[in-house]
Amino acid sequence: MSLWSRIGNVFRGDRLAREIHEEMESHIADAIEEGRDPGEARRSLGPALRHREASFDARVFVWLESLRADVQFGWRQFRKNGVTSVAAVLSLGLAIGGCTASFRLIDALLWRALPVEGADRLYVFARQGTGPDGKIVSYDSCAHPMFIQMREAVSSQAELIAVSYAERVDLTVVGSKEIEKASRQYVSGDIFGAFGLKPSLGRLFTANDDMAPRAHALAVLSYDYWGRRFAHDPSVLGKTLRMGDTLFEIIGVSAQGFTGTEPGAMVDIFVPSTMHPAAERDDNTWHRTLVLLKPGVDPAPVRDRLQRTASNFERERAKGFKNFPAERLAAFLNQTVVLNPAPSGVSNFQESARLPLIALAVLVGLVLLIACVNIANLMTARATARARELAMRVSIGAGRLRLVRLVLAESVWVAALATLLGALFAWWAAPFIAGRLNPPDNPAQLLLPADLRVVGFGLLLALAVTFLFGLPPALKASGVRPASVVKGGDDPRWRGRWMHGLIALQVAFCVVVLSIGALFIASYDRLVSDPTGFSAERLLVLDLVAERPIASSAWLQLSAHIAAQPGVESVALADQPLLGGFRWNGFISPNGAPPTDVLAFFRAVSPGWMDTMGIRRIDGRDFREDDAYPKVAIVNQTFKKTYFGNENPIGRWFGRAAGGERFEIVGIVADAKYANVRELAQPVAYFPFAGLNKEGGPSPRASATMVLRGADPNPLALASSLRQSLASARADIRLSNIRTQQSLQDAQTVRERLLAMLAYFFGGLALLLASVGLYGVLDYSVLQRRREIGIRMAIGAQSTHVLRHVALQALLMVFAGAFTGLLVTLASARLIETILYGVKASSPAMLVLPSLAMITAATLAAAPAAFRAIRTDPATTLRAD
Amino acid sequence: MPKPDSLQGSLDLLVLKTLSKRPKLHGYGIMAAIREASGEVLRADEGSLYPALHRMEQSGWVRAEWVTKDSGRRARLYELTPAGSTQLDTEESRWEAVTAAVNQVLRTV
Repeated sequence: MSLWSRIGNVFRGDRLAREIHEEMESHIADAIEEGRDPGEARRSLGPALRHREASFDARVFVWLESLRADVQFGWRQFRKNGVTSVAAVLSLGLAIGGCTASFRLIDALLWRALPVEGADRLYVFARQGTGPDGKIVSYDSCAHPMFIQMREAVSSQAELIAVSYAERVDLTVVGSKEIEKASRQYVSGDIFGAFGLKPSLGRLFTANDDMAPRAHALAVLSYDYWGRRFAHDPSVLGKTLRMGDTLFEIIGVSAQGFTGTEPGAMVDIFVPSTMHPAAERDDNTWHRTLVLLKPGVDPAPVRDRLQRTASNFERERAKGFKNFPAERLAAFLNQTVVLNPAPSGVSNFQESARLPLIALAVLVGLVLLIACVNIANLMTARATARARELAMRVSIGAGRLRLVRLVLAESVWVAALATLLGALFAWWAAPFIAGRLNPPDNPAQLLLPADLRVVGFGLLLALAVTFLFGLPPALKASGVRPASVVKGGDDPRWRGRWMHGLIALQVAFCVVVLSIGALFIASYDRLVSDPTGFSAERLLVLDLVAERPIASSAWLQLSAHIAAQPGVESVALADQPLLGGFRWNGFISPNGAPPTDVLAFFRAVSPGWMDTMGIRRIDGRDFREDDAYPKVAIVNQTFKKTYFGNENPIGRWFGRAAGGERFEIVGIVADAKYANVRELAQPVAYFPFAGLNKEGGPSPRASATMVLRGADPNPLALASSLRQSLASARADIRLSNIRTQQSLQDAQTVRERLLAMLAYFFGGLALLLASVGLYGVLDYSVLQRRREIGIRMAIGAQSTHVLRHVALQALLMVFAGAFTGLLVTLASARLIETILYGVKASSPAMLVLPSLAMITAATLAAAPAAFRAIRTDPATTLRAD
Repeated sequence: MPKPDSLQGSLDLLVLKTLSKRPKLHGYGIMAAIREASGEVLRADEGSLYPALHRMEQSGWVRAEWVTKDSGRRARLYELTPAGSTQLDTEESRWEAVTAAVNQVLRTV
């Protein structure tokens, strides 16, 4: 018999069984014909069941057949327990899907190697030093001249590659009028050669395309961008892109799959590093340095060489520093070079999204465990309820393995369906979460392929989960002893130690999820409710870019023109918006004293800006039309406190350490958050928007930020009319971006918002699952203990006594679990504290609320079972057994 | 009464031998033939016979077909395949070797 006919037999099982039966019957008929006693003939042939199984074994792959039967049987069980089965699949599916989605995100962001040659030999150059507050600070930006020196110093051991921070820029494809946004990265000419990347079209840069500053206006497109923007059109070669005031010629398309070295951002356009406007400046650190070690080279000696070169470079440069606080200078020169492995590339997004993603993974992992425990309890309950059936099977000769398979079959169905659901959920959830890790106008771009890694992870998880919740109940059930089951149990007392232990575990997991979730929710709440010091209501922020720098008087005229438009309440100008992430800082010397080592922050604003922003004036005056930088300044309260103490600073002056300019303080305003909502009040000095150059003539500006308070509650309704009035007023000024001030703030809290949202979802899910689990176990334990409770009541136990007896142990378990969960949270809170804002894991509210929620839910879940217990009627119960 | 099973593998030998002499027998016929030929000494264990037959069918030593008897009942008739003949030779010579060895022990001790 061939393999196929055997497998075929499995699906003809009924016919085979019938044939064997017929052969047996024919045998017995022959025996009776011979005059034997029918009973004796049957007995000597042996039990039909055993016979059939043994014969069957010979004729088919027995496991295949019994597998089919088990699967069918499992399905019947699954369907019989309709609602609970669906609930189990849903909870498990969500948890599996959540885990798989987290894995996809973490893998794509942190683990997946760049699709380049030698990714395992790739490091990133970084420097570590001590900040003003004594903390270790690390940064990986470099000035290009230092990069060139370092590249030469280690050229025999490693290739150094400069890559700028990918940024969204405005560009026009020459021949089209549209202004588009694309992500651009400046890279060393030899990046493609070093990474072994081949062009998909045209040619890629070489070192020769990156020799002289501003001499190689060439661009290479990423394969993805080529497809997205140019529909894979080969005639793209030779076209030109205008970025800023430079025309770049497209010379090629990079290899498919290579989207730059920054996970979280996909580079569309690569341009040579020497095209960067600051390529020759030794004080502008604008790119990272990637170190690609040659095969077999140890990183330590390379690091030493880089350290020497970088230190020499900075020492030379420091000779030009004026008025730099001595302590800071020493710290600056004492920085240590480190080489961090970067096989999967390096990006700020990796750093900032790492902890939120890991926190998310832990949350969903715990929810998965809760779901597993829940289903394990459910399966145990069902298997015990089937104890009589299983005992029967044992008595007619079923082996232990057979019982394990019978019980496991249903779990396999649950797991299989949950995995399917989980796969769908993960397929949807991973991009959903990736899209919410960054603000909508600058979304995180992650390649999220559903490849072997992801599918493999999902399958492994499903397998692990099945055994986690399926196997223990199956093994327990298979240990059934027929004799004792038929008697109604050896021990009239129900000892659900195993199930109670699971409840404690579940409660502990749940409390951890709730506590961490509560921290995230409280953190987000603090972050958005913290006063900013200004009013974002009806406030628009317009980024304006001029073709060439224009005088500040012209900017102010434009501002006045816009202020006269209908629907506009007030308008003002600044160099940058508040809370846009832009910082301009320096050391200052108050009243001509030596410079302090506390950094001050600056912003250039037009007259009326404070009023438009709604920043409260405390003393002195606002800027006037004739005020100009560098003569006067308005400072905030923290500035006053930091540098002048209790003194009234109005009429006093301070100097900037870097340029030596002097500013008279003419006003004091309330604190307003400067660059980031997370930062506490910082010393800020506002300078006039209008500036004078060194010779005292007007200093023109190429860009400005207009802030505008509208009359309409939805300020964005003004957008199109503003566009028109701007275009008609100044054709040479372009509106690069228009946003509400609120969206700038929201953009800084997206991750907290996401975590809070997920905390609500998974916290709720965890609480629900744990309550359902507790309800199930208690209800079941009361059912199991009917006899015991009946006996107790028959001999005179009070219902309070019974109640205490039933509920006490379970509630003790709940308390023990909650306590353990709190301890675990406290121990792990340190790890997540860096992504929290203004809340402490050890604060009483954070400890009490989650436990209270858990205990309340547990009490509610226990109530139905308790009532059932005290309503037990001893007469009925005892008669039934 | 000694059962053929008590000597390991002898059931297969007896069935194969019977079928080589008398092709197209059904299970009961095989059992009866063994009993007759051994002078009522050997009796194939009815419980083991059918699994053994199915196992041998599986191994390709015998093949089976259904026939309808005069009584209207169907019966499953077995016959030896060429592979079965070879197997019979092997089993027979093994049996000879074993019994010869046993006899020798009985004589010498």
